[in-house]
Amino acid sequence: MSFLKRIAPALLAASILTGGATASLADEQHFPLQSYRVGPYAAGGTGFFGGFIDYLNLINTRDGGVNGVKLTWSEGETEYEVEKGVEVYQRLKSNPGIAAWNPLSVGIAYAMIDGVTEDQTPLLTINHGRTDTTDGRVFPYVFPLLLNPYSETSGIINYIASKEGGHEALAGKKIVVLYHGSPYGKETIPIYELLAEKYGFELQQIEVPHPGNEQQAQWLTIRRERPDYVVLRGWGVMNPVALTTAQRNGFPADRIIGNVWSNSEEDVTPAGDAAIGYTAITTQASGTDYPVVQEIEDKIYGANLGNLSDPARIGSVYHNLGIVNGILNVEAIRIAQARFGNRTLTGDEVRWGFEHLQLSPERVKEVGAENLFHSINVTWDNHEGEGYVTFQQWDGQKWNVISDWIAPDWALLRPIIEASSEAYAAEKGLTLRTEADVDTVASPASN
Amino acid sequence: MDWYAFLFAVEVAVGGLLSGVMYALVAIGFVLIYKTSGVLNFAQGSMVLFAALTFVSLVEHGVPFAGALLLTLAAMTALGFAIERTVLRPLANRSPMTLFMATLGLAYVIEGAAQLIWGTQVHRLDLGISNAPFEVGGIFISTFDLVAAGIAAAMVAILTAFFRFTRTGLSFRAVADDTFAAMAVGLRLNRIQAAVWTAAGAVALVAGLLWGARLGVQFSLSLIVLKALPVLVLGGFDSILGAIVAGLIIGASEKLAEVYLGPFVGGGIEGWFAYAVALVVLLVRPSGLFGKKLVERF
Repeated sequence: MSFLKRIAPALLAASILTGGATASLADEQHFPLQSYRVGPYAAGGTGFFGGFIDYLNLINTRDGGVNGVKLTWSEGETEYEVEKGVEVYQRLKSNPGIAAWNPLSVGIAYAMIDGVTEDQTPLLTINHGRTDTTDGRVFPYVFPLLLNPYSETSGIINYIASKEGGHEALAGKKIVVLYHGSPYGKETIPIYELLAEKYGFELQQIEVPHPGNEQQAQWLTIRRERPDYVVLRGWGVMNPVALTTAQRNGFPADRIIGNVWSNSEEDVTPAGDAAIGYTAITTQASGTDYPVVQEIEDKIYGANLGNLSDPARIGSVYHNLGIVNGILNVEAIRIAQARFGNRTLTGDEVRWGFEHLQLSPERVKEVGAENLFHSINVTWDNHEGEGYVTFQQWDGQKWNVISDWIAPDWALLRPIIEASSEAYAAEKGLTLRTEADVDTVASPASN
Repeated sequence: MDWYAFLFAVEVAVGGLLSGVMYALVAIGFVLIYKTSGVLNFAQGSMVLFAALTFVSLVEHGVPFAGALLLTLAAMTALGFAIERTVLRPLANRSPMTLFMATLGLAYVIEGAAQLIWGTQVHRLDLGISNAPFEVGGIFISTFDLVAAGIAAAMVAILTAFFRFTRTGLSFRAVADDTFAAMAVGLRLNRIQAAVWTAAGAVALVAGLLWGARLGVQFSLSLIVLKALPVLVLGGFDSILGAIVAGLIIGASEKLAEVYLGPFVGGGIEGWFAYAVALVVLLVRPSGLFGKKLVERF
């Protein structure tokens, strides 16, 4: 046997070991975070990004990453301002191994759609965003996960119907929608009109000018109209002011239903007893009764690695939303790794993972999130993923879940979404994707 | 118009008047500084935030109400002196625009400092004043708004007496009338400016407590300047009485416009309607309803 033949296995083993070590050093999946920790929406930003980072930290600490691929992140402050968000995007987009963007801002997300499409990197807008980006035929890289604004609207009306004894009982009822005077607030105007026509309830939609710190005129109008319910589509300071002004005008809090951005502790705490009985929609429960939240409390905060400066906020609405967002990101990477290998994935490969992000209630239980959220079923053409909603009521100290998981009327909403996305595609000269396009994926070599 | 519709219109107007008092509370802080130094202090909203956040954080740390009030007042005094020493003195004799830009920067510094020191969480502020309404002749009136109006009236009375009868108040007026003449007779401009900013800080504390109890103590408190600006334009930048009267006019007119004109133009008009009223007044009376008329010769 020649010398070369004798040392070949050793060389091979050494090369594998060295290669493996190099690969494990290099295998990182990165999350650039356009966070907001100061400014008017800092309370939401610190909670959400805190929860997201806590979950990424848990995966690294407990599992050593996703199948050995370490998760990393970097932050840029946006103060929730679009121009700052875009500046952070431009600054961080050259970071290697970007998995996805999570700006938690409708305005910033709108401004990034063309950019991420060119970069072939997913843009997540959990529970918010532009509704027609649900249509993956037109928006391959944008994912309004769990709940788009139209589904939220449908979920709220379905909940009111369940309280009244069925959809038939909505006929003749009067509902006022009090919305924030912004593109976000106005997004659902046509859907409420559609649902009012379908179910026969009387509808009045009233705008509150930004930022919403004065609502006397609106609530006097509401008192004059004597509605059965008021739906609060608020944001920031508008929410506690709505609740206190409602109390000042004698409107009962338990007849006010908040949307998904009016459902946090920050929305009700400043209102004091005016918020007791107030109900709001959510896609994820609050509290710490869930294994994944308890594990974060134990392993991350127990080791002083937690991202929240105040551990009392563990399990708050925004913190838990951040954790759920972390779960969805990590599971998409895991699904994509199963197809492309346990290595740093390209943004387009992660996009493939999101387009196959199907988490059954059983899988949700496995990741320690049973009843924290229900399930998700993203497909190549449905980027929302049929998220279920539930309703919580504020008792003055904490939120209590008061409904089962409720399904929005997706079949009713889909044609409206498609009409909007197809109009966008026609305006931009885009060709609609087909199922065959899903597996055309940019690999590391082609990047 | 039937009786119910009439009562409703009265209720809208009364609600607007009471809201207007709250706007005037913020506007008075602007007036104090403009009156004595000719500076439009854009940082007044940030001072409201800083005062309210300091007060509520102290209370949450177990300091009794009165103690927290005194400590916050001390903090606002320190802030007033710090602003005079680090911003106003180095910029002495610069143009009003330069000073305005300096206060713009100051607003960001104070907002950032407030959040750095006390954090970004939203706080509840309970002053023990009921928010529940009571009924007078079929009209709902908010107890809280009435108390706020009483506090505003007391503050105006105190400030008026201060300007008329105290040595420091007279010094303020002297500086406001003619800065160089005031210095020529030996008034110490630096000390007076620091005292004015301290007084504006005290007004910011009162406004911060009342607005904080209404909105919760959070960053958005600094945005209430947007409500005060049309009040200032309408009432005149240097008149405390003007701030009160203009606050009442702006409050009532924007609410009536929102309820009766809003439905015809898509709603949500009260934000800009106040500015439209102020603009119309500017065209007719450039110094506002009560502002000092400026005569310049070129």
